[in-house]
Amino acid sequence: MTRNSRRLVSVLAAATIATTMAACGGDDDSGGGGDSSGGGGDTGTAADNEATGPGMTEDTVTIGSHYPLTGRAAPGYSEIPTGVQAYFDYVNANGGVYDRQIEWVYRDDGYNPTNTSTVVRELVLDEEVFAIMGGLGTATHNAVLDFLNTEEVPDLFVASGSSLWDDPENLPYTFGWQTDYESEGKIIGQYIAENYPDAKVGLFLQDDDFGEDGERGVRQYLDDDQIVEVQTYTSGNIDVGPQMAALQSSGADFVLGFNTPPYTALTQLAARNLNYTPQWWYSNVGSAPDLVGSLLGAFSQGAVSGASALAGIMTTAYIPTVDQVDNPWIQLFQRIWDESGQEGVLTNTRVYGMAQAYTMVQALQAAGRNPTGDDLVAAVEEAGSDWRGPSFTPFRFSTDRHAGISGMSVVQFNDQGVGEELTPLLVTDTGDADIEEYDGEPIAPPESGIPDEEAVG
Amino acid sequence: MSETQTPTGEPGAASDDAPSTATAAANASPARATGRRSFLPRLTLLRHLLILVVGAALAVLLLESTELNTNIKLGNVAYLAVAAGGLTLLTGLSGQISLGHGALMAVGAYTTALMLDVERGDEPPSLFLVFLAAIAATTVVGALVGVAAARLHGPYLAGATLALAVGIPGLALYFSDTLGGEQGITVRPPERPEWFDNAVEQLSGASGRGLNDKWVAYIAVACLLVTYFFLANLMRSRMGRTWRAVRDQEVAAELAGISLGSWRVLAFVVSAAAAGLAGAVLAIVVQLAAPGSFLPVLSLSLLTAVVIGGLGSLTGALLGSALLVFLPPWLIDIGRDVFDMEEAQASQASFVVYGLLLVVTMLFAPAGLVGTVRLALLRRRAARATAAAGGR
Repeated sequence: MTRNSRRLVSVLAAATIATTMAACGGDDDSGGGGDSSGGGGDTGTAADNEATGPGMTEDTVTIGSHYPLTGRAAPGYSEIPTGVQAYFDYVNANGGVYDRQIEWVYRDDGYNPTNTSTVVRELVLDEEVFAIMGGLGTATHNAVLDFLNTEEVPDLFVASGSSLWDDPENLPYTFGWQTDYESEGKIIGQYIAENYPDAKVGLFLQDDDFGEDGERGVRQYLDDDQIVEVQTYTSGNIDVGPQMAALQSSGADFVLGFNTPPYTALTQLAARNLNYTPQWWYSNVGSAPDLVGSLLGAFSQGAVSGASALAGIMTTAYIPTVDQVDNPWIQLFQRIWDESGQEGVLTNTRVYGMAQAYTMVQALQAAGRNPTGDDLVAAVEEAGSDWRGPSFTPFRFSTDRHAGISGMSVVQFNDQGVGEELTPLLVTDTGDADIEEYDGEPIAPPESGIPDEEAVG
Repeated sequence: MSETQTPTGEPGAASDDAPSTATAAANASPARATGRRSFLPRLTLLRHLLILVVGAALAVLLLESTELNTNIKLGNVAYLAVAAGGLTLLTGLSGQISLGHGALMAVGAYTTALMLDVERGDEPPSLFLVFLAAIAATTVVGALVGVAAARLHGPYLAGATLALAVGIPGLALYFSDTLGGEQGITVRPPERPEWFDNAVEQLSGASGRGLNDKWVAYIAVACLLVTYFFLANLMRSRMGRTWRAVRDQEVAAELAGISLGSWRVLAFVVSAAAAGLAGAVLAIVVQLAAPGSFLPVLSLSLLTAVVIGGLGSLTGALLGSALLVFLPPWLIDIGRDVFDMEEAQASQASFVVYGLLLVVTMLFAPAGLVGTVRLALLRRRAARATAAAGGR
């Protein structure tokens, strides 16, 4: 080996180190924890508690999950588990579920499926979790589906709107949570067809299930000739200039994005450079105004800032967002967040985490005092469609469906970056199910802020 | 031949340059030359067979004495080490560099995933055949790349192979109908045979959750042992010596009738085959072949493992791979449990500390872990020999 290539090896090794070190991003949050026990529960007393297996002891129940805490997907998403933590702390401080304290263990997978596979096995085999809740990401969670279902670990409320999770026959332990991308696409497609019949629509899609499912939904309601251009991007490639230029030259005056929050900011900046000003619509995932606002500020080095930069943009919503300061759920979550003493402010991603934690508490209550993993799954199948909580419309859970929230409403941001509802709540389903107006009302949170579901069976 | 390849130094004094420090771990230990007594058989094949058997026994002991979760991590070590073993042959022995081995692993992983992607209920092809196919497919890709690589040197070769690392995972997105796009193809893990359950029950009494992962870990470790047996023999053979000649003294090697180009291609092919097997094992360990698993950072990690362990040494490649797998989570645990950090903070800090540790290792042990130990031993022996000679 020559001296030159030897030097090269050293340089490359140093570069590797630099890359690895650069991979750390995300937020710095420090923890707090409530640790008090108390009475409560529906039937029986703490004395009736028995350990039923991994993760379910007499006085604790362990719930685990995987999130991108570092790396390309960390901004925003790394905050979700802190929201979950805050809500579980709150429940624990009020006596826990059936006198059990909820222990919340989550691990960083860096949004890399190989890591997800390792850390979830660590959670199941080492930490002995009772259930996995809210594992984030389509590709990442896909890597552990088989493992969790083979090991019969309840895999609740996957944090992705892919249709993969709704497959009770092959994946009896896996459940979705948020509105699936296809249903969302249908609702968006119908709204555009009815209200913007002359718009020339351009699609901007992430090139995975997210974009594909969304496009399939949209195309059910929009004619092929109304969609004048389809552009895709690969997560990780931050240059979206070519896609924006292609959309502009196609004459599209209405751009609909199925993309993640960073790409909302990137497309806004790229379009600004091209003087391209279509009507924008981002699907729910990409719209979080607080996150996009701060990303816009960071990407443009301060030239564009604040959520008000998103004025006029349309999106969809299935849970309340932090801009709705009058919403009782947001007020409750704000109070819980402030009490938790963690660093940072309440964000939409933290609200998402708290809302999932709320559903998890409902599931644990419905599963009864001494449940096994199978009891938990049975409880979600049996009672899940009756649970009401922060989500605007009910879940679709049953013995043959593992799909989550069924509907959403269309929202437009005003000059202050506050979302204003343009439609009533609309519910639908995958395939050719119709879109209907939801006949119920969103409910207010219970006085205690903690659900009170009866045990099934 | 490019000027940059000519060893520096006075003409005729080129032998000063070898053995170099960086590849100290690659050079055969001069056991026979110094007449040092060894308990191992002198015949290379026998010696390696003995090590293989001892290694297998140690592996069973290790897998049965540790938790299931560690078993899986050992599986991870195994596939990384298989790929790193191939890379250490390429970089340490033949003196080429590859930043694209992660992409070659992707070829092996996708071949495996496609072959095992049969309808539920249908019998998948035997794992042995699948592995052979994965190796064959990767070898073909490796040969093609190798032909190009043999004509490139230093930074150019690094650049070309890096392009491979960036480009190949992109193919999975382009052909998303067959290759599953971003979320990839799920791989059903191989069914474990019944005798395995019984054997494990006998050995350590383990049963219940995660036995399938144990089976997969055994497959991974078996692949590692077999690969290292082949690679070790290859490195000690005439071929290994030829590669060292190509690496250290291009002119002398050419004068001796060695065709530099074809030997370089051959080295690339061998190391690609190892990467292909590594990818196949990764696919069954992770149970998924997705582009997110084969980011360029994987290729760089492999190179890190090889350099930290000691260029050209299989033991070094194994040590380096073990560090890659065990060090970051260990650092996160320390951050979380000892310094009471939040999970996200601990993860971020672990990358920094990990990086610093690597920098420090490179500074104080430029020959890698194994190379440094070997150099120290050589020096001590030389000193003793000098002392003995002086006393005579």
